[in-house]
Amino acid sequence: MRSRRAPLVLLVPALLGLLFLVLPLVGLLYRAPWTTLPERLTEPGILNALKLSLLTATLATAGCLVLGVPLAWLLARVKFPGRRVVRALVTVPLVLPPVVGGVALLLVFGRRGLIGEWLDSAFGITLPFTTAGVVLAEAFVAMPFLIIAVEGALRGADARYEEAAATLGAGRWTTFTHVTLPLVAPGVAAGAVLCWARALGEFGATITFAGNFPGKTQTMPLAVYLALETDLQAAIVLSLLLLFVSVVVLASLRDKWIASP
Amino acid sequence: MRARWISVALAAVTAVALTACGSDTADTATTAPTGGSSSAAGASGPITVFAAASLTGAFTQIGKDFEAANPGTTVTFSFAGSSALATQINQGAPADVFASAAPANMKTVTDAGNADGTPQNFVKNQLVIAVPKGNPKNIATLADLAKPGVKVALCAPQVPCGAAAQKALQSANVTVTPVTQEQDVKAALSKVTLGEVDAALVYRTDAKAAASDVEGIEFPESANAINEYPIVVLKNGPNKAGGQAFVTYVLSAPAQKVLTDAGFQTP
Repeated sequence: MRSRRAPLVLLVPALLGLLFLVLPLVGLLYRAPWTTLPERLTEPGILNALKLSLLTATLATAGCLVLGVPLAWLLARVKFPGRRVVRALVTVPLVLPPVVGGVALLLVFGRRGLIGEWLDSAFGITLPFTTAGVVLAEAFVAMPFLIIAVEGALRGADARYEEAAATLGAGRWTTFTHVTLPLVAPGVAAGAVLCWARALGEFGATITFAGNFPGKTQTMPLAVYLALETDLQAAIVLSLLLLFVSVVVLASLRDKWIASP
Repeated sequence: MRARWISVALAAVTAVALTACGSDTADTATTAPTGGSSSAAGASGPITVFAAASLTGAFTQIGKDFEAANPGTTVTFSFAGSSALATQINQGAPADVFASAAPANMKTVTDAGNADGTPQNFVKNQLVIAVPKGNPKNIATLADLAKPGVKVALCAPQVPCGAAAQKALQSANVTVTPVTQEQDVKAALSKVTLGEVDAALVYRTDAKAAASDVEGIEFPESANAINEYPIVVLKNGPNKAGGQAFVTYVLSAPAQKVLTDAGFQTP
């Protein structure tokens, strides 16, 4: 056990930092209309937005798992030319302003977009202004979170187990499903939760690419933004709900991190 | 003290930026100090104007003209949605003038006791139907928006352009199911510009500003949903005299010409 007394030079800024991050949340709690909260939460508009948010975030996370885990494996286990560039590209949505992501998605998957035009003429599928469009926008923004977490777990995992499985006659696919995946399961779970939380909070790409229509593309963050135009109290209630869900998710994520090696 | 230094520095930077990018047109049309007697008297120093986003183009020009007519003044704008600006003002943002795109947002400021005097309407804005260049769906009237296969973007009913759109549609007895309810008029317009929707109801000024990409179609029912723009001097602004001079200038003939050129109508 080391000394528990932190030097004041560190302690003061640390506490100020904590205060800075927590105070806005306290403000939200302080101003919340607690007495009318139950009836406000059961308003159909709010429930619709919440349901849609939970559904789209879950679908986006599922899609990210299917595509992101193999991509993370590729980045961690296979040496190929340009791997660094690919890794950088994969993380671009992390730093890209989400609105820019939305515009980029429109230019590719929009009705006049590179792929969207063909989708429309060949299959009659248009993605903007649909729930599928919301899922797409959320997945675009959230997938890097999953990839980073899984790739980190893969790099941390001991490759000798995989080699041992291979020498014992297991095929590559069997090795991946029976050795590699269980080994990095906590990392995948952590990545999935983080990905889900990011998808749940997505705003910019969603409103740019999928638009805003109640019940179809209006997720919680969009509902918060529009509620601010008319009713601050409603916006606070919606924000509170999102905050609650986020905290629950991140608290469970914390355990996952601790459980992982 | 430090806050004042920062705001002075910001004003200086903005002034430099404004003069740098406006050298082409600013000098030609602007040397008419109309209303000079009232505005030149007490106007000096930095003036901060909070203005609705839809005024961006016209007010930037008017700000330059005002500075030319009133040497020693610098006008700094903060353009944003009227409701966001009203909230900022009521939370104590140091602004001298508030120009709102809707009387409702002005009312939140006057109700909070933050206005100095009575707001005056200085322009009005009307809705048009914005369609992509060439009008591929042959839209001519408001009723065409309800046709099957026509994708329409409207502003959300919570924001002023959405409320106006609802009024216009109601008065025309047309029910339109939009594919999206956008959070502001520019977002609705950009969906037309990108070709994602076939039509949107936007302000005439916005359609005019995007004339290279969209066509604006006037429709008679828009007369039932006219948006008034009120302007007022703010009580807690650091430069009230300057703010008053700016408001007077906005109501003067040269400023009104800039506004009508942008597609606004006189009240």
